[in-house]
Amino acid sequence: MNNATALKTGLWKQFVPYLERTSKWWYILFGIFFLGFIFGLVGLYTQITEGHIVTGMRDNVVWGMYIVNFIFFMGLSYAGALISGVLHLFRSEWRGPIIRMAELTTIFALLIGPCFILFCIGRLDRLHYLIMFPRIQSPITWDVIAISTDIIGCIIFLYLSFIEDFAKLRDRTEARFSGWRKKMYRILALGYTGTREQKKHLHWARNVMAAMIIAIAIIVYSVLAWIFGVTLQPGWHSTIFGPYFVIAAVYSGTGLLIILMALYRKIYHLEAYITKGHFVKIGVLLLIIAAFYGYFTFSDYLTKWYGSAKMDKVLIDKLFTEFYFVFIFSNYIGILLPMIIMAIPGLRTIRNITLAAIVAVVGLWFNRYLIVIPTLETPYLPIQDIRMAWIHYSPTWVEWALFIAGVSVFSMLMMLASKLVPIISVSEMETVEEEIALKEKNVQSAKA
Amino acid sequence: MKCMITLKIIPKDNNMEDKSNSRRQFLKLGAGAGAFALAGLTAGKLLSAGQENNANSGKKIKVLTTDGRVLEVDESQLADPSLDVVVDKDSSHLGIENRKFVMVIDLAKCKNARACVEACVEGHHLPSDHEWIKVYLLQNSEREAPYWFPRPCFHCDNPMCVSVCPVGATYKRTDGIVLVDNERCIGCKFCMTGCPYSARVFHWNDPPELHETAPYSPETTFPHKEGTVGKCVFCADLLRKNELPRCVTACPMGVIYFGDIVEDTVTNGMETVRFSELIRDRAGYRHLESLGTEPSVYYLPAVNRQFPYERGFDGLDPKQKERYENTAAYKINPLLKHE
Ligand code: SF4
Repeated sequence: MNNATALKTGLWKQFVPYLERTSKWWYILFGIFFLGFIFGLVGLYTQITEGHIVTGMRDNVVWGMYIVNFIFFMGLSYAGALISGVLHLFRSEWRGPIIRMAELTTIFALLIGPCFILFCIGRLDRLHYLIMFPRIQSPITWDVIAISTDIIGCIIFLYLSFIEDFAKLRDRTEARFSGWRKKMYRILALGYTGTREQKKHLHWARNVMAAMIIAIAIIVYSVLAWIFGVTLQPGWHSTIFGPYFVIAAVYSGTGLLIILMALYRKIYHLEAYITKGHFVKIGVLLLIIAAFYGYFTFSDYLTKWYGSAKMDKVLIDKLFTEFYFVFIFSNYIGILLPMIIMAIPGLRTIRNITLAAIVAVVGLWFNRYLIVIPTLETPYLPIQDIRMAWIHYSPTWVEWALFIAGVSVFSMLMMLASKLVPIISVSEMETVEEEIALKEKNVQSAKA
Repeated sequence: MKCMITLKIIPKDNNMEDKSNSRRQFLKLGAGAGAFALAGLTAGKLLSAGQENNANSGKKIKVLTTDGRVLEVDESQLADPSLDVVVDKDSSHLGIENRKFVMVIDLAKCKNARACVEACVEGHHLPSDHEWIKVYLLQNSEREAPYWFPRPCFHCDNPMCVSVCPVGATYKRTDGIVLVDNERCIGCKFCMTGCPYSARVFHWNDPPELHETAPYSPETTFPHKEGTVGKCVFCADLLRKNELPRCVTACPMGVIYFGDIVEDTVTNGMETVRFSELIRDRAGYRHLESLGTEPSVYYLPAVNRQFPYERGFDGLDPKQKERYENTAAYKINPLLKHE
């Protein structure tokens, strides 16, 4: 316990200066991301004033990068949902320093993801029709229900995990927080003082929410997959899409988590708290997920390729010619490289693991691209269009601008969050220590 | 011209009084089961006995009864095709009573004259990059013969676009027509990815401002709305006026037949035939039947063709020719000039 207390106070010492003061670099970086955000706004303004004609989308490829980004960000949000849920439920001892990041990733990605759907919709002014005239037959309606449930669920889950830390921040009189901040911490702490009763309730609530979050996350991503799966289009009409999307989501989420761990470790000098051990543990998780993800990818494409359904063949041919390099990168390198790095103990350095994670995340983005675009370029009736320029899709600057804005907003939110609360959940670290102590005690008593 | 019966189309605002009125007039014409305009003479004009205007114009038109007798009737008893029928949204949702429309496209006669496309674009005031009916150059496999394939919306009986629409902007009517309400459509484009026949187009930018003041109806889809989808409407507006769809009357080859499955009759404006017989005798089929969408458009295979398919390139605008240039049927044909 002594050790834990030392760790705890150490952690506070580490963080409080960051919460109190802001460095020059923080402002510079934030400024860069802010520019990215402005760039996106310009793109959005152009699209709203000039119409969707400014995008690369046309009558064949009606869904482009916006939908790719939508699935991608929704996938990232599983970093938290599944990982924090699972880690919490199974009481993994190493979750302490990771769980907060996972939760923040979830919530931010979940707020950004659906925005891309809005960019893709032709009549934003009629968005409320989704609620006014919903048709339950439509997978989009399922999605509306699922995503809003997910957002609410995740916010509750995240908030529950913050209460203890808010209470601590409120009680830290020696820290020089400004007035509004003190007030904010006081309100957000909900009068939590850490009594036995309060602890018990909070613990129970978090467990329930963790379990629910896992279920909701699986449902949301399956529903998302079914938007594609229920159609008759070659390449989409696949029964494996639900679970395939879920596993892909967890894969990208885990990858992002590793990247964030590496970043925060460097920036906040958290070497003592986020250790190589953490990287290896979560890296092994990445390895297992990569294996499943690779297996699903393989079965999906194998069955399409092996049979002789004409459209499937046309699609596969296209993937291996026009999209050859993207296909190789996303579905071979993006899966095999992380697996190789994690499988050979000698290669498991923090730098390599981070590299594996980057490859995994980028590869996954391209994997999503390969799911959406080539299929739309391969309709049942061959594209014989009068507008030759309309046949092939390539994103325009507007679509890139909004993608950059999405990444920028995500980064900005992560930066802001790390200013308001410790990026490592101090209370979670404590709970972990307590759990370990309890376990040790049990073992000892069992021995005796 | 063995069985010359065209459609009997019930006119708009068909209340009970009109119905009894029309029955009386059919009887007057001596055709107990209903009278039909002789298609050869009245392409696009179909009998409307419900018209109030009974003043004789003096001009006689020949009509044909179901038992094969030809009668002469006054023109005033036929529907006026110039009558502008714009129905409100509620009736546009219901469809025309006791009807189930069907289209039959005779691939043996199509030579890519593109009159259907032009008439459609013009008649529906479509923006330049919109084509509700497209003519494809298809070839099922290497050794099979290429053929021209006009493709309107198939108005499926099990339409994927209707199932996936999140706001009910796309709907199926009792008469089989699938329409889009552009005032409801949110532009999610899910229906476009859902349609396996690529029948839908999107207003990517603000459509040119034509007749902005015209009242909107899903049957005309006019004035067009930016950020929403459009597609072939089977000329639901003309059907209300007892006229045949624009592509049907425009085709110089009489490729497209249109009619009613309940009455078992289809016409291409030149001849009128029994739908079931036509499908039976000419081995009619539906495109991509295996997808289970149950289209309302049937095709007659390109047997005993009237023209070699190369004729379809005759006099084609270079811009239009370009669209077929990447097809195998074009590339391997030595008869076609390849620049
Ligand atoms: S684009 Fe319009 S008609 Fe098509 S599914 Fe979306 S809302 Fe419905």
